[in-house]
Amino acid sequence: MVEYTWPPEEKRSILGDRISRLDGPVKVTGAAEYSFDVRRPGMLHGKILRCPHAHARITRLDVSAAREMPGVRAVRVIQDEGSEIRWALDEVVSVAADTEELARDAVRAVEIEYEVLPHFVDGENKDEAFESSPAGSRTEGDPDAAFEAAVHRHRGYYGLPSVSHNCLEAHGQVCEWNGDRLTVWASTQVVSSMPNQYADALEIPASNVRVISQHIGGGFGSKFSADRWGIECARLARETNRPVKLMLEREPELTVAGDRPSSYAEVEVAADGDGKLVAWRSSSWGSGGLAGSRGAPPLPYVFEVPNRRIDHLSVVTNVASARAWRAPNHPQGCFITLSALEDLAAEMDVDPYDLLWDNLDLTGRLEPIYRDELPIAEELMGWKKRWTPRGEGGKGPIKRGLGLGVHTWGGRGHRSNCQVTIHPDGVAEARLASQDIGTGTRTVIAIALAETLGLPLSKVRVSIGDSVYPASGGSGGSTTVGGVSSSTRRAAVNVREQLFQEVAPHLEAEPEELELAEGTVRVRAEPDRSITWEEAIGFLAGHPVTNIPLSASGSNPGPGQLTDSGVGGVQMAEVRVDTETGIVRVEKMVAVQDCGLVVDEKTAISQVHGGLIMGISYALSEEKILDPVTGRMLNTDFESYKIAGYGEVGELVVHMMTGEGYDERGVIGLGEPPVISPGAAISNAVANAIGVRVPYLPLTPRRILDTLAGRGGRS
Amino acid sequence: MRPLEYARPETLEQASELLADGGTPLAGGTDLLALLKDDAVTASRLVDLKGLPGLEDFSAGPEGFRIGALARLADLAREKALVDRLPALASSFDSVGGPQIRNRGTLGGNLLQRPRCWYFRRGFGLVPVRDGRSMVREGDNRFHAVFGTDGEALFVTPSTVVPLLVALGAEAEIHGREGVRRAPVAELYRSPDPGERELHLEPGEILTAVEIPDASDRTVASYEVRPGESLDWSLATASVVLRRSGATVRESRIVLGQVAPTPWRSRAAEEALAGGSLSPDRVRAAAQAAVAEAEPLSMNEYKVQLARVAVERALHRAAGREVPS
Amino acid sequence: MSRDDRDPPRGWTRRDFLRSGAVAGVAGSFLAHPLAGNQQESKPKRVAGVEVLGPGPVPVALRVNGETYRLRLEPRVTLLDALRDRIGLTGSKKVCDQGTCGACTVLLDGEPAYACSVLALEVGDATIETVEAIGDPESLHPLQTAFVEADAQQCGFCTPGFVVATKALLDRDPKPSPERISEALAGNFCRCGTYGGIRTALTGPAGPGKETDHG
Repeated sequence: MVEYTWPPEEKRSILGDRISRLDGPVKVTGAAEYSFDVRRPGMLHGKILRCPHAHARITRLDVSAAREMPGVRAVRVIQDEGSEIRWALDEVVSVAADTEELARDAVRAVEIEYEVLPHFVDGENKDEAFESSPAGSRTEGDPDAAFEAAVHRHRGYYGLPSVSHNCLEAHGQVCEWNGDRLTVWASTQVVSSMPNQYADALEIPASNVRVISQHIGGGFGSKFSADRWGIECARLARETNRPVKLMLEREPELTVAGDRPSSYAEVEVAADGDGKLVAWRSSSWGSGGLAGSRGAPPLPYVFEVPNRRIDHLSVVTNVASARAWRAPNHPQGCFITLSALEDLAAEMDVDPYDLLWDNLDLTGRLEPIYRDELPIAEELMGWKKRWTPRGEGGKGPIKRGLGLGVHTWGGRGHRSNCQVTIHPDGVAEARLASQDIGTGTRTVIAIALAETLGLPLSKVRVSIGDSVYPASGGSGGSTTVGGVSSSTRRAAVNVREQLFQEVAPHLEAEPEELELAEGTVRVRAEPDRSITWEEAIGFLAGHPVTNIPLSASGSNPGPGQLTDSGVGGVQMAEVRVDTETGIVRVEKMVAVQDCGLVVDEKTAISQVHGGLIMGISYALSEEKILDPVTGRMLNTDFESYKIAGYGEVGELVVHMMTGEGYDERGVIGLGEPPVISPGAAISNAVANAIGVRVPYLPLTPRRILDTLAGRGGRS
Repeated sequence: MRPLEYARPETLEQASELLADGGTPLAGGTDLLALLKDDAVTASRLVDLKGLPGLEDFSAGPEGFRIGALARLADLAREKALVDRLPALASSFDSVGGPQIRNRGTLGGNLLQRPRCWYFRRGFGLVPVRDGRSMVREGDNRFHAVFGTDGEALFVTPSTVVPLLVALGAEAEIHGREGVRRAPVAELYRSPDPGERELHLEPGEILTAVEIPDASDRTVASYEVRPGESLDWSLATASVVLRRSGATVRESRIVLGQVAPTPWRSRAAEEALAGGSLSPDRVRAAAQAAVAEAEPLSMNEYKVQLARVAVERALHRAAGREVPS
Repeated sequence: MSRDDRDPPRGWTRRDFLRSGAVAGVAGSFLAHPLAGNQQESKPKRVAGVEVLGPGPVPVALRVNGETYRLRLEPRVTLLDALRDRIGLTGSKKVCDQGTCGACTVLLDGEPAYACSVLALEVGDATIETVEAIGDPESLHPLQTAFVEADAQQCGFCTPGFVVATKALLDRDPKPSPERISEALAGNFCRCGTYGGIRTALTGPAGPGKETDHG
C-alpha cells in the first residue's frame, strides 16, 4: 500500500524550512521575462480606442484615416456605429502598428462621435440605481424577538468603496500565429484554461493554442479571462500575419481591468446580559459595475449569531464588471461585521477581545484555531497591557489605538495534474501547466518534489507556465499551493515506487523496504545498505528501456490527506491618528495565521506580509473615485490611486501556526486569508484611538476629519 | 505622446526664438512628459533648456540667493548655503516627490508645473465646463480649492516650494525676446478664465532664475500636510516668514499652497499676528483668521481645517515648538 | 562598440545577439522586418540657428551599461521605450509611464531617475545604467543576494526598480538609517507587499524571521 501523506516532522528534510524562492535571482536582475517583455521578430504593437463615456451610443465611426496612416497594419472595429456602450473605457476599435507611438497616433486618428446617455456610477446611492436586484435574503431563528429580549444593542452603518487590483504588470499579451496555430504569451493566472478561451472565440481547436506565462506581474484575481483585448490581439495578429503585443495602459488597467465590488450595510447586533451575541440584522448592498455586486458579503462574518436576518441588494452601475479580488466578499464581510462587533463592545464597555473570546463558540469548527491564535496575537501585540477603552487614546492631537479582526478562508487544493520525470542525468523534473503569480508556486513544487525524492533543490527542475504541460488549476481562491504540492507529491511518490522496483534487486531488498533520503536510496531499517541517487540512476540507464527516463503522474484530488480547507487567522493593528490632520499611520500589525502544513516558511511569511500591506493600503488610501459628471474613474495614476509605499508600512509581526493540530491537515492556501482582516483591524484601531467610528474605508484625512467634525453624510 | 520636434538651443536668445515660434520649454520633464502622454497639453516642439549656460547656477551672498531655474531640486536640497541659512527652503526642496523626481526636476519646473486637477489631467481643461456648468463644482472636488472659489478656476496650486518663495518675497527673473523682466514669484500665477493658462508668462519668455532676499533676520518655517510618507501630494502647505523684535512679531507673511488656484497669502492671519508674541493662543487665533474667509466646495470642507492646521503648525515651528510631522 | 537597433534573429536570445561580434552580418537579414520602416525621416531644419530634430526618426547614441547603441528614434520616444523596445533591455519595467511608480528606475550618471520621464534624445551625453548592469542571475550583486535571501520580491515586477533605487542609495551610504532608506525608496511602489523583505534585505543579515518576523 503506497503512502502518499506528507512525512511527519522528524522525517522531513526541507519541507517547512525557510527556502528562498527559486526565481529570485532572475527577478532581482531583470532577467525574468514577463509577457510585457516578450519581443518577437517583426512584432507589431496593438492599442485600443476606448469610449470616454460611462454610457453612450456610437453615432459615427470612421476608421479610414487611421487605416491609411503609414506604419499602421490593421484597424479593427470592435463595436460599430449604433452600439451602446455601458461603461467608461470600453473597447471600441483596435489597431496594430509598427511602433507603440504609431499605434497611439492611429487610435487618435479614428473619428468617432457619441450620443452621451445618462449614467449611474454611485453604487452607494442605491435608490437612484437604474437597475438593482435582491441577492439573498435569509432568516434564522427569531431575530425580532431576540432583539426585543437583548440587553445590549448596537446599530451602525458601514461602507467600503470599490478598489482596483492595479497589477503592476498590466493585463495583456503577445499573440503570434504560425499557420493555424496560435501562441499567446499571456499575463494570466490560469494557463490551463486559457487555450479554450482563445479557441472558442477564434473558432479554432483548443489544441492549436499554446499559452505561455513564465512570470506574471501580479493578478490578485483579475487575470482569469482572455479578455476582449486578448482576443483582439489574436485577431490583429491573424489579420497582419505578424506577432502583436497589446498591453493595457495604466488608466484602463485601473478602470476596466480591476475592481473589487463596493459594499454598504446597515447593521444591528445585540448581546444578552452575559455578553453572548444573540441577534443580527443587516441590510446590505453593493456594486461591482455591470455585474452587480457579484454575490453578497458573508454576514455576519465568522460568528454565526443564532437569530439573524440578512438581505442583500445587488446594484448595477455603469462601470466595467468587477473581478475576483483576493478573498472575494470576505474583506467586506469582515470589515462590516467586526466593526459592528467592536462598536457593540464599546457600547457594552468591554474589551472587544473579550467579546470575541466569549463568543468563539459561534465560530463552529474554527473555534479551536481562534482559541489557539488569539492569545498568541494578544502577547505579540501586548493587547491586554496596552489596550485602553475607546476614546482614551492619549492627550494632545495624536491618539493611539488598537484594533482586532478575525477571518477565515477555504483554500483547499485545486485540481492539478503533475508529471514527474527522472532524467538520465539524475535531475527530477515536475511539469504542470500551473503558474507562479508571485506566490512562490514554483518553489513550493520544487520543495514537494525534492522532499519526496530525498534530493537537494539543485537536483530538481520545475517546468510550469506552459499549456503544453499537464493541466493544473488557476491561481485563485488560494487553491494553488495545496493543489500543486499535492499533485507533485503523488507523482513523485509514484515515480519513487517505480524507482524502488528497479533498484531493489541491486540492494537485495524488496521495493517496499526502501526509502529515499539524503540523496541516497537505502533500506529503511538498515540505512547503511544504500546506494547514491546517481548510482541508482546509473542502474536505470542500464535498463532494457535504455535512456528512457522514469516518469509518473499524480493528481489532486487523490489518495491521502494532502490538503484541506478552512483556515483561521487573527490580526491586530496599532495606529497613530493625528486628529488635527486626519492622517492615520499604522505603527504595527500582528498576524497570526494558520495554513495547515507550511511548505516554505519564508514565502509563507511573505504572503502574510503581502496581505497585511495590501490591507493597509485599502484601509488607508485605496478607492476608485468615480466622477459623478462623466462617470469615469478619476484617479487613474499612482499619485491619486494611492497604494501603500515603503514608508507607510510599520512593523509587521507574523506568526505561522505549525505543528500538531495544523500540520496533519495538509497544505492549505495562504494567498488570500491575510488580506481579509486588515480593514477591520485598522478601522477598529482608529475608532479605539479617536473615540468614534469612521464608518467608511479608506480612512483618509477627509473621512477622519468629517467624522470628527460630525459631518456625516455619504462616502 | 504626439509627434513632436526637439531642439536644444545654446543661448537664451535662441531659446526665446524657438519658444516664440511655437515651442514648449522642457526642463526636467518630470511633469511635462506625463502631461503630453495624457494629452492634457500638446506640444509640437520641445525646446530643451538644459543646454543653456548658467541656468543651473547657484550663488549666495549677503543680499540673499540667486538660483538658476535649471538648478536641480536634489542639488538645492543639499546646497550648503541653503541648509545653513535657510533650512526651511532646503527641506522644502527635499520633500518634493521622491529621489527620482528630485534628480531630474528643476526649480523652474517646480514653479511652473501644471495643476494636478484630475479634470485638467484628463483633458477637460483648467476650467472644465460641461453643459454650461462647472465640472468641478458638480463633480468630485475633494482635492480642489477652498479659497478663491468665487472665480471660475477651482484647481489648486501644486508646488510646495512656491508658498515659501512667495512668503520670502522672492523674485523671478524672466528672459523674453524684449529683454529681461523681473516679477515677484507670486505674480507668475493667476486664476485663469476659460481658455487661459494659469501661468503669467508670454510666448517666448523663459524663467531663468529666482532671487531670494536674505532672510537671516527673519524666522522662516513651513508645514506640509502630506498623508503619505512615500511619493504623495501635500493637501495643504503653509509657509511663514516673520520679522520679530524680541518676542514680538513686527511683520509677517503667511502664504498657503494647495488651497486656491494661486498661492494664497493670508493677510488676515498676518494682521492677527502683528504686534504680539507667538504664544499658542495667538498662533491659534492667527490660524483661525487664516481660514475665516474660506469657501469650501461640496466635498472639501476638511481642507479648511487642514489649511488652519498647516498655518498653526508652521507658526509653532517658527516659535521653535515641536509639531507632529 | 556600437550596436544597431534591430531585433535578434529567430532562435537567438538577445544575450547571444549582444555578445556576437558579427552584428552587421546577422542583422542584415533582419531588415525584412523594419520596425519603423514607414516613418519618414524629417528634413533637416534650423530655427534661430538651432538644429530642430524630428518629428521623424533621428539618430541618437545611448551609452547603456558600458555599450553604445546607435538608434534612430522619433524625438518623442522615451528612454524607457528605447531601452525596452529598441535595445531589448526589458529589466526596466513599464508600469505607470507617468513618473510615479519607480518600476522603470535607471541610473543616469549614477543617480536614480524614471526612464519613462526622460526622452531618449535628452540623455545622449549621459551614462545610463539599468538593472541588467548590476548583476546576472548566475553572479548576483551582494545587494541582489540580500533581496533573494530576504524574499524581497513576489511577482517581481517592481523589483528591478527597487534594486536600482537601493543600489543608488547604498553607493552613497553603505549603512543607511531607516529614515534614509524610507526617503530613498519613496519613489518606488510594490503591489504584492514586499516592503518587509526589502527592509530585511537592507537592514538585516538574514531573511524574514523564523516565527516572529519584524518586517
